Amino acid sequence: MDNSTLVLRTKLIDRMFHWSMVSCFTLVALSGLSWFFPSLNWLGYVLGPPQLARVLHPFLGIAVFALLMCMFVRFVHHNLFVRTDLTWFKHIVDVLLNKHGQKLQIGKYNAGQKILFWGIMSLISLLFVSGLMIWRAYFAALFPIPVLRLALLAHSVAGLALILLVIGHIYMGIWVRGSIGGMISGYVTRAWARQHHDRWYEEEVAPTKPLPSKRHG
Amino acid sequence: MGMQSQDIIRRSATNGLTPLPQARSHEQEVAKLIDVSLCTGCKGCQVACSEWNDLRDEIGHNVGVYDNPANLTAETWTVIRFDEREDEAGKLEWLLRKEGCMHCAEPGCLKACPSPGAILQFANGIVDFQSEQCIGCGYCIAGCPFDIPRISQKDNHAYKCTLCSDRVAVGQEPACVKTCPTGAISFGSKAEMKDLAATRVQELQSRGHEGAGLYDPAGVGGTHVMYVLTHADQPSLYHRLPDNPQISPVVRGWKEWLKPVGALGFIATLAGAFVHYMGVGANTTDETPPPEPKSKQDNAEHDPNENGRDA
Repeated sequence: MDNSTLVLRTKLIDRMFHWSMVSCFTLVALSGLSWFFPSLNWLGYVLGPPQLARVLHPFLGIAVFALLMCMFVRFVHHNLFVRTDLTWFKHIVDVLLNKHGQKLQIGKYNAGQKILFWGIMSLISLLFVSGLMIWRAYFAALFPIPVLRLALLAHSVAGLALILLVIGHIYMGIWVRGSIGGMISGYVTRAWARQHHDRWYEEEVAPTKPLPSKRHG
Repeated sequence: MGMQSQDIIRRSATNGLTPLPQARSHEQEVAKLIDVSLCTGCKGCQVACSEWNDLRDEIGHNVGVYDNPANLTAETWTVIRFDEREDEAGKLEWLLRKEGCMHCAEPGCLKACPSPGAILQFANGIVDFQSEQCIGCGYCIAGCPFDIPRISQKDNHAYKCTLCSDRVAVGQEPACVKTCPTGAISFGSKAEMKDLAATRVQELQSRGHEGAGLYDPAGVGGTHVMYVLTHADQPSLYHRLPDNPQISPVVRGWKEWLKPVGALGFIATLAGAFVHYMGVGANTTDETPPPEPKSKQDNAEHDPNENGRDA
């Protein structure tokens, strides 16, 4: 592939935030699932024996939340809903069937990605708060038992919803070719940008000259 | 414990499809009966409990009541509760209750526990923590309707009364029963203890305690520690003993409802993604047209001869 057709979509610092969050999240999610579905107890062994997993899970959860806050600052301005997002919603079926003909006025992130962004933000925030509350070693004793029960339920609901959302996110990355490579190298092709994010392409990519950019940003 | 258990009727975080060792499930249910009307609050049971179980809780401070230690801890598995009460006539009454694990037939701790085998329920009714399997999450505390389990801040494991399962396993009564100098605590088969309770309740009622009765709450399937209360119509007088204890609906929703819904959610999501991929194919980028801003036809139907598809 000719380097001149590539365009930087995600900066190194943002990719580092993303992938370090992925690493921590994977460990937290698998250990969490091992306690929610005890028949999948073996999933928890990604963090060692169950007692050790229980110790590490909350600390890794805090790391996920901290990285999330960094990503919030870096990404929020791309993820505010705008009027053109309605076009995407109207054509959601065509988008999913991969046969949308006309331009959908998609900015740097499409409306589905924005939903994902706000979903992840709110669910991890809820997991963070409820997780601190049920953290036996430090905070759980500060709360009455009926409140802890609600926090446990909220933590489970939010955890499940988040993991399902992330599965959808991973699937979209696999489905839309070029996305995962783009998140690793930071670069996507100009054609990819034009096809999947036409408004972003027209507003920010097209005005730039196709420079022979360095592959490693 | 080094003894092998072959009479387990429930095991925490264990799939119901895999049977437990039940060769001795014919064992009769045992029960401890605590007659609060005979208790003098001497705390002999507390001492016996600490002694038999080799527990050395830290010396606490007087907090203005006779409860000492002030609460259950990971190293205090039973506490005599002293509650003062004035009846309608203004007469002072001291209500004493030996607090500790009730050994429910439907244990909330066991339902909530996520660690396989950390909580066992034996055929004789004893609910016992296997502390070395405990991960210290504290879910048992949320599951228990009686606020009994405590997590040790020293070793992050949960502890509570074992009903002296080690003594009962070799045919002895629990240490507190053995020690009680007034005979307020009895131990035997659950049927015997209910008979004994009925006799005592009759006696108390004939002496004017009209509210006397047995506390064996049905909301948790009955318990293997039962009380004879002089005010059985108002259990909460006895240091907030729940009037109608049951596993919280929140805990039930979490363990009985959300789990299958979550499992279905996973199956539906993964199946949906797979079917979508099979039906729609990979969403590849058409790299053929030159990047000319004029071209408006770029995104029209993909070229049938497009060979970028690698699905």
